[in-house]
Amino acid sequence: MTEDRKQSSLMDDGLDDAELDWHLLKSWETPRGIWKVIATVDHKIIARRYIVTAFVFLILGGMLAVAMRIQLARPEARILDPDRYNQIFTMHGSTMMFLFAVPVMQAMALYLVPLMVGTRNIAFPRLNAFSYWIILAGGLLLWISFALDAAPDIGWFAYVPLSGPEYGSGKRADIWAQMITFTELSALAVAVEIVVTVFKQRAPGMSLDRIPLLVWSMLVMAFIVIMAMPAIVFASSTLILDRLVETQFYNPAAGGDALLWQHLFWFFGHPEVYIIFLPAAGMVSTIVATFSRRAIFGYLPLVMAFIATGILAFGLWVHHMFVVGLPRLGESFFTASSMAIAVPAGIQIFCWLATLWLGRPVFATPLLFVIGFIVTFVIGGLTGVMVASVPFDTQVHDTYFVVAHFHYVLVGGAVFPLLGAIYYWFPKMTGRMMSERLGRWAFGLIFVGFNLTFFPMHILGLLGMPRRVYTYQPDLPWGGLNLFISLSALLLVSGFLVFLIDVLVAWRSGEPAGPNPWKAATLEWATSSPPPAYNFRRIPVVDARDPLWRYPEELAVTAGLRVDRRELIVSSVVEALPEARESSPRDSIWPFWAAIATSIMLIGSIFTPWAVVWGSIPIAVTLVGWFWPKGTAEDIS
Amino acid sequence: MKSTSALLLLALLVSGCTGAQSILNAEGHAAIELKELILWIICVCAVVWLLVMIALVSALVRQRDPDGGAISERKAAVAISGAVGATVLVITGLTITSFYTTRALSEASPAELTIDVTAQQWWWQFTYVDANPTRAFVTANELHIPVGKVARLRLKSSDVIHSFWVPSLAGKRDLIAGRENMLTLRAERPGIYRGQCAEFCGLQHSHMALFVIAEAQADYERWAERQRGVGAEPTEAEAVAGKAVFMAKQCAACHTIRGTKASGTTGPDLTHVGSRRTIAAGLLEITRGSLAAWIADPQTLKPGNNMPLVPLTGDELRQLAAYMESLR
Repeated sequence: MTEDRKQSSLMDDGLDDAELDWHLLKSWETPRGIWKVIATVDHKIIARRYIVTAFVFLILGGMLAVAMRIQLARPEARILDPDRYNQIFTMHGSTMMFLFAVPVMQAMALYLVPLMVGTRNIAFPRLNAFSYWIILAGGLLLWISFALDAAPDIGWFAYVPLSGPEYGSGKRADIWAQMITFTELSALAVAVEIVVTVFKQRAPGMSLDRIPLLVWSMLVMAFIVIMAMPAIVFASSTLILDRLVETQFYNPAAGGDALLWQHLFWFFGHPEVYIIFLPAAGMVSTIVATFSRRAIFGYLPLVMAFIATGILAFGLWVHHMFVVGLPRLGESFFTASSMAIAVPAGIQIFCWLATLWLGRPVFATPLLFVIGFIVTFVIGGLTGVMVASVPFDTQVHDTYFVVAHFHYVLVGGAVFPLLGAIYYWFPKMTGRMMSERLGRWAFGLIFVGFNLTFFPMHILGLLGMPRRVYTYQPDLPWGGLNLFISLSALLLVSGFLVFLIDVLVAWRSGEPAGPNPWKAATLEWATSSPPPAYNFRRIPVVDARDPLWRYPEELAVTAGLRVDRRELIVSSVVEALPEARESSPRDSIWPFWAAIATSIMLIGSIFTPWAVVWGSIPIAVTLVGWFWPKGTAEDIS
Repeated sequence: MKSTSALLLLALLVSGCTGAQSILNAEGHAAIELKELILWIICVCAVVWLLVMIALVSALVRQRDPDGGAISERKAAVAISGAVGATVLVITGLTITSFYTTRALSEASPAELTIDVTAQQWWWQFTYVDANPTRAFVTANELHIPVGKVARLRLKSSDVIHSFWVPSLAGKRDLIAGRENMLTLRAERPGIYRGQCAEFCGLQHSHMALFVIAEAQADYERWAERQRGVGAEPTEAEAVAGKAVFMAKQCAACHTIRGTKASGTTGPDLTHVGSRRTIAAGLLEITRGSLAAWIADPQTLKPGNNMPLVPLTGDELRQLAAYMESLR
């Protein structure tokens, strides 16, 4: 650092609060104007975009579900033809898994992790901006293809040979495979950001055993993403290679193997469930503690359970393949490992129950959703134990029993906590409270509607109704239950409508929230609602798991950061001892252009392999712009 | 919520006994074992769920004493350890039970007959294998087996992945191109058991049903003997004309009728189509009218299937349906 730079640098030591706020805002704020907004790298703005986008996809995916329920309400209905129906169930699964569930969980991490660990921005903020534009492009690709009646019709699992060059006609399977590539890119980028933020940007003193449980769950989720995504990257790339340039990875006639696809897909696909569930478990832990008015009981067992879940997640993909004809020994191993995951799941449930037992529960809407979560998720977990048994599974596999099972896990186990989390953190994100009255209505309708819709599906499965059928014949005894399910779905939809109305009304005119409306313990509540662009005026110092309960009056803070440029503290991995001041990247339009260039290349490659060659040139140009050296030191130890 | 699930469980028990294609309507050796296991595991899990719910409710509404926090924390730790221990016991028990069921499923007695099952979009071809190749025969979408005897199915696919599933008789097993899987069936009681493809296989996955007809040995032998024979020569005038239409139009290019020059293999073997219960993989019960409807407009009845619309006059259609019906 040269002498004159040192003189020009303005430190936060000597400034009073108002002056400090003014300088920090000047350095960190996203200016007005459309290009400035596109160029922003503020993790809160990007996370909010992600969350809103994900909820738009939830609504779209939900509308598809309603369309399917209308078609299935009576036998041999002709409202949707089989081609449209197959597109719709593929779109429903792909949208919910790739465009809603994973992004929304990661987005919650993007918003909350930097605040909860007490830093000013996510690590690699430009990558973060890039990741958002990428997933948006992937979602648009999928939904525009649907609008053009050319959407994938091969299921969200896209089994070969049905999705291969021989049977998957047109560009439908290619669109699916490239949509997956978009979501892989975005998910991997966010995962890396989360890991680095958690490991290197924690507030001084926040040693590993003081990290909030939500942050732990997001950290484990990020590691699962990093380890699971390569399998699907390989799978989707080889699928598109098979289709585009006639490689024969999945063609048995040419030495390929149809089952290879299933192994690769589920090696990713099963951990995917935990990518969605673990963040929800973190949200539950947070909400349970806050509304029990006490620290979570069993912090260490919970962290261990998260990690154990993350590891076991990679040992049970074969239970999706119990009827493909595997050797007996393999089946036994995967039965045992699938059953074993019930142990960490049980530990989590028991710790939450113990916290509720020991505390004094306050029945606010977030806690209601958590109670709904426990009721439904335990059902989903238990039916999971059922399908882990190979003989049991040979009967219910690919029936509505499984449809019921995974909706109990994904909706009961992840969407319920997510809705609770929205009620819980909405005040932080917007500065306004959602309505407690509408919240109760939303919870009641969603809980009852969900159970009435999905519980009967267990029975339909036992009565022999397979999945992914666009209709069934009148002489089969499924008509009554299907009609009942379709009507119940309306109740579920009305619950979501109440929720959306509540969100919209509260956003415009909700009660002001104040910094800590729930009297919670973690650092995100130590700043204003919504937080300023720089998150914290001064970075807090932490010596407890529940800093705001330990020090309700005033938190200890650090000093010594520059305020005339974006700077944050880099700390050590285990103890979170401050190691360096690091500059945090400024806003940049280049991630946006890089995302556009990448999207053009990926979409072009659906049609010609040459798109990869020529398309890489604009990408290279945008990356050069993105990483153009600024001539300033990045960090000062 | 609890009362609804109780109601639904009741509905399950009532309707479970009448279903033509139901896991709970178990009539085969494997399906009976599986039903026992399924009901047992469901009961165990229901008890576990109830216990967790009792814990949840009492955690939420219990009377709280103003002090004694430290003692409760210790109690909670003991309770959690106990609950985790119980979880381990339960899942170990279920794992072992499921291993034993798997073992009980394997057939001790050797197979009495072997049938090659070839699944394709969207119908089933059954080849009854015989040591003497002249006694082997081919049929479609309707499988006959003798009651109490072990039938060994060799499962293959000629296109995408399908799954053979007749829930009243046995669990399902996939049919995968480039692989051969095995499944054994043993019906304990005579009856007609519906099954259907359980792996998504494209447009008409929903209409890929089959029937397994389990009958007494003598009945089975009589059926098999008739199936081995060539297609019946029509006698009725309309059917005779129908045969001429069949041979003159594209029909013969895709279908086989043994004993005639029709020897196509793209579509189902029609040598004894009139003896089957249904047409188009369980879509319609066979009558002269439904045969005519199917031939006249297969794409409306089963959109996307591989049978083309063959332009026929009204007379030709009637004649063809009469011929098909006569192929018993």
